[in-house]
Amino acid sequence: MRRTRHRALVRSVGGLFAEILVLLAFLSFATSQCFGGPDPSPANIFRPSSTPADEVFHIAIFVLIIAAVIFTVVFCLLAYALVKFRRRTDDDGREPAPVYGSNQVELAWTVLPILIVLVLFLATARVIHSVEDAPKPPAAVEVIAIGHQFWWEFRYPALGVVTANELHVPRSDPAHPTPTYVELHSADTDHSFWVPRLAGKTDLIPNRTNNMWIDPHEVGIYVGQCAQYCGTQHAKMLLRVYVDTNEGFRQWAQQEAQPARVSDAVSEGRRVFETTACMNCHAISGTVADGQFGPDLTHLMSRETIASGAALNTAENLRLWIRDPEAIKPGSLMPAMQLTDQDLDAVTAYLETLR
Amino acid sequence: MSSDSIAFNPAVESTRPIGDRLHDWVATVDHKKLGIMYILYALVFLVIGGIEATIMRIQLIVPHNHFVSPQVFNEMFTMHGTTMIFFVAMPIMFGFANYLLPLMIGARDMAFPRLNAWSFWLAAFGGLLLYFSFIGGNGLYGAGGAPDVGWFAYAPLTARVFSIGHSTDFWTLGLVVSGIGSIGTAANIVATVLCMRCAGMTLGKMPLLAWMNLVMAGLVLLAISPLTAAQIMLSLDRYLGAHFFDTQAGGSAVIWMHFFWIFGHPEVYVLVIPAFAFASEIIPVFSRKPIFGYPVMVAATVAIGFVSFTVWAHHMFTVGMNSYANSFFTISTMIVGVPTGIKIFNWIGTMWGGKIQFKTPMLFCIGFLFQFLIAGLTGIMLAVAPFDWQLGNSYFVVAHFHYVIVGAILFALFGAFYYWFPKMSGRMYNERLGKWHFWLFLIGFHLTFDFMHIPGLLGMPRRIYTYEPGRGWDIWNLIITVGVFFQAAGILVFVCNLLWSRIRGPVCASDPWDAWTLEWSTSSPPPEYNFAVLPVVRSRRPLWDIKHPEDPDWKYE
Repeated sequence: MRRTRHRALVRSVGGLFAEILVLLAFLSFATSQCFGGPDPSPANIFRPSSTPADEVFHIAIFVLIIAAVIFTVVFCLLAYALVKFRRRTDDDGREPAPVYGSNQVELAWTVLPILIVLVLFLATARVIHSVEDAPKPPAAVEVIAIGHQFWWEFRYPALGVVTANELHVPRSDPAHPTPTYVELHSADTDHSFWVPRLAGKTDLIPNRTNNMWIDPHEVGIYVGQCAQYCGTQHAKMLLRVYVDTNEGFRQWAQQEAQPARVSDAVSEGRRVFETTACMNCHAISGTVADGQFGPDLTHLMSRETIASGAALNTAENLRLWIRDPEAIKPGSLMPAMQLTDQDLDAVTAYLETLR
Repeated sequence: MSSDSIAFNPAVESTRPIGDRLHDWVATVDHKKLGIMYILYALVFLVIGGIEATIMRIQLIVPHNHFVSPQVFNEMFTMHGTTMIFFVAMPIMFGFANYLLPLMIGARDMAFPRLNAWSFWLAAFGGLLLYFSFIGGNGLYGAGGAPDVGWFAYAPLTARVFSIGHSTDFWTLGLVVSGIGSIGTAANIVATVLCMRCAGMTLGKMPLLAWMNLVMAGLVLLAISPLTAAQIMLSLDRYLGAHFFDTQAGGSAVIWMHFFWIFGHPEVYVLVIPAFAFASEIIPVFSRKPIFGYPVMVAATVAIGFVSFTVWAHHMFTVGMNSYANSFFTISTMIVGVPTGIKIFNWIGTMWGGKIQFKTPMLFCIGFLFQFLIAGLTGIMLAVAPFDWQLGNSYFVVAHFHYVIVGAILFALFGAFYYWFPKMSGRMYNERLGKWHFWLFLIGFHLTFDFMHIPGLLGMPRRIYTYEPGRGWDIWNLIITVGVFFQAAGILVFVCNLLWSRIRGPVCASDPWDAWTLEWSTSSPPPEYNFAVLPVVRSRRPLWDIKHPEDPDWKYE
């Protein structure tokens, strides 16, 4: 009897320590991952590179610290109670003294949490206000983002640019801020714009206009993806943001605003494109193709990926994508075009010239 | 026929023809039989929902896996969520409420036994209707298909243009039917608790379980109605050309979100308050002390019930509400933490100065306390609207609510299973297997759901059937999936324990835990009429008063 009780105690106390160990291991592992371990984590919310993400980062650390303190205190109380008040092996079998409650104690553990909540709320309200109600500076770049099943359309009305899936924005110098303000729409179902290192997510909802802004501090590529379930291929509705220098961004925009290049060498491919269903969905400016359902292809080759980031933009992938989209992205709304091998090569060659 | 049930007699029971015994169950209006049917029905769906979860986890074990197609994956997470909430968690809670309430308040049955049976069968057929979609989802068009719109079925994905066939209709009708059953059960619980208490049991002397189920039933009445209304509006959209949520015709997607979450958030408390109820009965008995701060526990429960109706839009921090709305829902959500914190402190206060016995039900309650603490803290993080802009719809949220639903609710439920198993079956479960179940499930749970927070912080959204390598998510997804197998092993031990103990477990006395509430004063299992003589109580712990006539509770309360 004595032995089994002892074993039960060892097990329960051992279990507690094991739990703490697991938790510590988890925390240290998580920290090493989240704060720049060897494994790069390009969508880490704890590596902000833009003011909205930065604001969230700071309030997050504040909340995490408070949560850690509360956890430590309550966990210690619980662990102490379990160890100290376990039934001993030499128990006399008498019932412990009944205690029905204590108003003072109850009051203490009611007021203290209320104070914590108040502090947390004030800190949070400040961040909500500073991110949501930030005034738009005159130098801001304006972009309209439209969510589609399952790709992103980006329009720059002031610059005359239309592109897809890869958003280009200028770096914002804190001295001369050039933030990018994004107006969010949806052409079909709900989507959500989420590039964790630049800002929290904001939904794209049909029949509704939402707004968000970013002011990236460093040049580079930032990845994200759709964060609101939008249908079969929600998973491969990937998103890339290219942050260029101001100069680089201007050059890119100028280039993108040009109509498509015309090259006689690929006139056969262009003929196939313009005489099949391709042009019902895709636009190529300067040609008769002006479809609106799919991405604008005027400068297709200036993008590094196709199929909303599902594949790299190489000649083989492009050909495969036109031949059988299901092979890359099952459930995509682009149909297989059933072209002959010859036409397939011709169209691929034509698209390859759209720089 | 009824004389068989007066005392449990396995020999007599097993000589009756199986058809007769089945007929007894199907035609019964007895709250105990209905309770057990609710529980068994939910257990079957628990296994089905678990299999769906396992399929998802196998698919996500490595990036770019091809275990299932995106279509099947989307069906799996829709069915998993819908099943676990509506056809596991709710019926199992109703089952326990049905079984325990009349016994604990000294009544012979629920207030409306026929309504009770009707509600159960509606819930049961609602579940079958939902699962029929696997066969009939696409109607006459060919092969079947389960709904793939997610368990909160955001508009306009449910509009006919995006959801072809009948899968969404099976989802809608299944929930409407079972929802009517839930409303029936809730009305029954309210009436039973308010009108059927035995002599001497004032509201202030009810067991906490009765109080908490009363609040739960009130929440069901208020929360299921908007859901049912929304489902009917959706059906009107789909079949009669209404445009409530049809954005292409000027409807509003956001209105659906409001309808859904004004149901969806109180729903969390519909599930967690009965879990609180189990903990509030089990922890005192295994600490050998009365609950600490009974009136405060009641007040905290009622407060949670009220506040839970003011927090729904914290599920919508990313839909572009203005800064005032976001601030309001931040503070209202944080306020829930206050009564919840009070409860945790009161449970620890109950253990304080006691003599804690680490039997299986108590182990599960300790697990419940520990995990509920963490779930509450991650809940506070998500209540911070800006933090939620990053965490919302990521795997962090998935980890958080599984911490609540599995770590807290399911752990408390397992505690309740072991605690009341002797009462329901008349036999004792196997303690060794119970501990195996606890440790296997605990390890599995923490492997899966602790590590599930991390990919969320690293930018992994939920509901994706596959993911890109090179984002730092791979290792975490692998660990999460490994944990699932530990959990499955734990469940297997649990089911074996139940079956084995039901058939071979040692027959046990009516009060194996030396407990204090009325259900332990009658035989195990209780006779059909529960009590030969209706009890009269003078305190919250009537059996304590009987066992300790020299020092009864009613002198102090």
